[in-house]
Amino acid sequence: MRTAIRGGRLIDPAHQIDTVTDVFIAEGRIAGIGRAPDGFTMERIIDARERIVCPGLIDLCARLREPGHEHKATIASEARAAATAGITTLVCPPDTDPVIDEPAVVEWIRRRAEAAGQARVLTLGALTHRLRGERLAEMAALKDAGCVGVSDGGRPIANTLVLRRALEYAATFDLTVFLTPLDPWLDHGLAHEGHVATRMGLPGIPTAAETGPLARDLELIRDLGVRVHFCRLSSARSVELVARARSEGLAVTADVAVHHLHLSETDLSGFDSRCHVRPPLRGERDRDALRAGLASGVLGALCSDHQPHEPDAKQAPFGDTEPGISGLDTLLGLSLHLARTDALALPAALERLTWGPARILGLDRGHLGAGAPADICIFDPAEEWRVTADRLRSRGQNSPFLGWELPGQVTHTLLEGRVIYENDSARPPGDRP
Amino acid sequence: MSASKVQLDRQGRLRHFLTVEGLSRRHLIEILDTAESLRGVAERRVKKLPTLHGKTVVNLFFEASTRTRTTFELAAKRLSADVITLNIAHSSTVKGETLLDTLQNIEAMQCDMFVVRHQQSGAAEFIARHVKPHIAVLNAGDGRHAHPTQGMLDAFTIRRHKPDFANLQVAIVGDILHSRVARSLIHALNILGVAEIRVVAPRTLLPAAVEGLGVRVFLDPREGLKDVDVVVMLRLQKERMEGALLPTEQEFFQRYGLTEERLALAKPDAIVMHPGPINRGVEIDSRVADGPRSVILEQVTNGIAVRMAIMSITLGNHARPDGEDA
Amino acid sequence: MRDAEFLIEAMAVQLRELLARRGIGEPTLVGIHTGGVWVADRLRRRLDLATPLGKLDISFYRDDFSRIGVNPQVRPSELPFDVDDRHLVLVDDVLYTGRTIRAALNELFDYGRPASVLLAVLVDRGGRELPIEAHVAGSRLELPAGDHIRLTGPEPLQLLMQSAP
Repeated sequence: MRTAIRGGRLIDPAHQIDTVTDVFIAEGRIAGIGRAPDGFTMERIIDARERIVCPGLIDLCARLREPGHEHKATIASEARAAATAGITTLVCPPDTDPVIDEPAVVEWIRRRAEAAGQARVLTLGALTHRLRGERLAEMAALKDAGCVGVSDGGRPIANTLVLRRALEYAATFDLTVFLTPLDPWLDHGLAHEGHVATRMGLPGIPTAAETGPLARDLELIRDLGVRVHFCRLSSARSVELVARARSEGLAVTADVAVHHLHLSETDLSGFDSRCHVRPPLRGERDRDALRAGLASGVLGALCSDHQPHEPDAKQAPFGDTEPGISGLDTLLGLSLHLARTDALALPAALERLTWGPARILGLDRGHLGAGAPADICIFDPAEEWRVTADRLRSRGQNSPFLGWELPGQVTHTLLEGRVIYENDSARPPGDRP
Repeated sequence: MSASKVQLDRQGRLRHFLTVEGLSRRHLIEILDTAESLRGVAERRVKKLPTLHGKTVVNLFFEASTRTRTTFELAAKRLSADVITLNIAHSSTVKGETLLDTLQNIEAMQCDMFVVRHQQSGAAEFIARHVKPHIAVLNAGDGRHAHPTQGMLDAFTIRRHKPDFANLQVAIVGDILHSRVARSLIHALNILGVAEIRVVAPRTLLPAAVEGLGVRVFLDPREGLKDVDVVVMLRLQKERMEGALLPTEQEFFQRYGLTEERLALAKPDAIVMHPGPINRGVEIDSRVADGPRSVILEQVTNGIAVRMAIMSITLGNHARPDGEDA
Repeated sequence: MRDAEFLIEAMAVQLRELLARRGIGEPTLVGIHTGGVWVADRLRRRLDLATPLGKLDISFYRDDFSRIGVNPQVRPSELPFDVDDRHLVLVDDVLYTGRTIRAALNELFDYGRPASVLLAVLVDRGGRELPIEAHVAGSRLELPAGDHIRLTGPEPLQLLMQSAP
């Protein structure tokens, strides 16, 4: 299939391109920008006038709930939701049931994702067997099976010796390690330790629950020559620690969940269980520092930290609810919303959703250079949409952003040149060039 | 913040009683004055009023409590309501039946009021958001968040002894961290305009940023108790010892326990309060607990009148349709 | 409308005569909050009674709780005497449907068993919905249902009339 995307504003952060031009696709790859390659015959034309054309979004953390929790969501349902939201690559952490600690699980997920034929699903393998933090997982085999990195899956390894060996072993096979800096003993809480938690009588999670292990991990990796990516930082102090380590030349990267840039502890008011997340929503100063860290690039990726739930999981007193936000549907809109403020320029916001995560994963994706896979998102930046339960394509409707007006209506999502989502109802067919 | 939006109707009247935080002085004075009118009922031959005749009150206790449950039962019975108490083990709502299933089942029994105690902060608010509109919800303690009827009965007891709140100094001593009683009392006293509220405890028993509640922090009881008019001792749960919050009960008693010597630091006419049940020799010495300045048993008596007042006010406000003035 | 003090004098005359007829030497007056207490207080002084004045707030005994809730200005009832075997005179400002008196009688009996209860009111305006009649009334009239009559006080006591619009 040869496709031309005509007249759109192409934003390709990896190549610092931001201009109105045409994109030509052949055999699933970018065949040309601006000018069609010689002998290019168009089979399909997508009118992208007044729209933004950018690489398909890469989400570093999306729990698809399969295998193990199919009552919450499935790979098919969430990969479909991702495609609708302009996301072409999802990274699934290893805390599925069974855990992604052996090649068979990796293979099974890959097959399920392929059968769904929607967004691409990549997997992170477990660092330790069953994620128990005791024995190393078969990381070499996991890499061969297709894992793009290894991770603690949100269950931090308490034993420093095991952690150090896991890091060394991962480095042996050139695997990037995805760590959740979290102290298992300080983590016994429900909300950021501070005046809001005190008023609400919610057990607090101090900032040190994150910064303590983060500082320790940064010291551990100093001489190991391992690439480490820190997942979902939540505090101002964490941004400072990572910035310093990077300036000292450590191979560390970090990401932030988009809800941490929009919400803070005060949003828990009324014991709103939709704002029950881990790490917890912290203070407004933390939120602002995370925004600044994203702008400066210390935080190199913006992710959804997608955690869909069935309604019952959130219909209970705050402490009895499961943490997490269903985030695929709002990832782009919330990022564009942020780009409308002084916090972040639009190309930078898109960089953190495309090229930024691609680099962290070591993928030749997330950019639209000649010959790159044609994973593309086209959206109308002017069109606002209201977040309602009806509009969420994810099986999980647990979003604190219900009722928000967000910019950016996705009109097309292409995976390797193939249109996997299209909503061109806004433009009558006769209007096509 | 944690002020509840659901407990007031559109006219600003109490339809549920979930937390003291965010209420106005007028709300609290109405409760205290109504309780004052009800206090005499216990001394009459017939200790009963017909006010809630024909109403059904359901005590929903997800957390065991003999004392609080009993005073709520008595309060409801003195108002002629029918009362049933359901002790619901937490485990039964974890698997299978959800809390909402439990609620709907009980609602189907045609009741008018839920008195809720639950180990999770925010549980009463959750229930209030999900019950049918004709049902009033009273919070009888939710996690560490609030125990508003206890806060009000403490304020009521203080007012009977020390009506001049503008010149009052109150010290709350002990486990502030886990105490819903302390939170509710602090809110009540601040709203009623008490001059100074102090919290006195070791750092392990103080929540983060506690000053934000409107209190002065004292780590040393010798300073914290100096010249106060009211000393409120909080119960120390034995299981806190295992959480490494304190080394031993003995050391806590030695440093923070209310003894006659320590009480001598307070004003000569200071009163001593405790929400009960007391741990003799842990937070309070028997000579103080049973002494002339203790009003601990009076608190229990007052608790019934205050709960009667809150029950009749909230159910009375349900009587008037929302949007209609009295 | 005659002024309230005049009507209270009329009540005093009737009550003195009634008590004498019944051979009640030491009656105890019980006023119903708020107007009834003002009237009872003045009546007690005119009759020069030594017995203490009782005060009833019938808020918790009203039969319309399920329509109007609790009066936010409720006051404690004070009966500073033993009700048992006592001759009581229940005093109120305006007698209308009789529901207030029913509530007051119920409350009185929760305190004890009086020897007798007489009813004295400042104004009986008719319109009874219950089998209750005043033994003593400063004034008796038949007012249309929409009209309001209200006593303001305590100094001076004034009867306010308002006709239906």
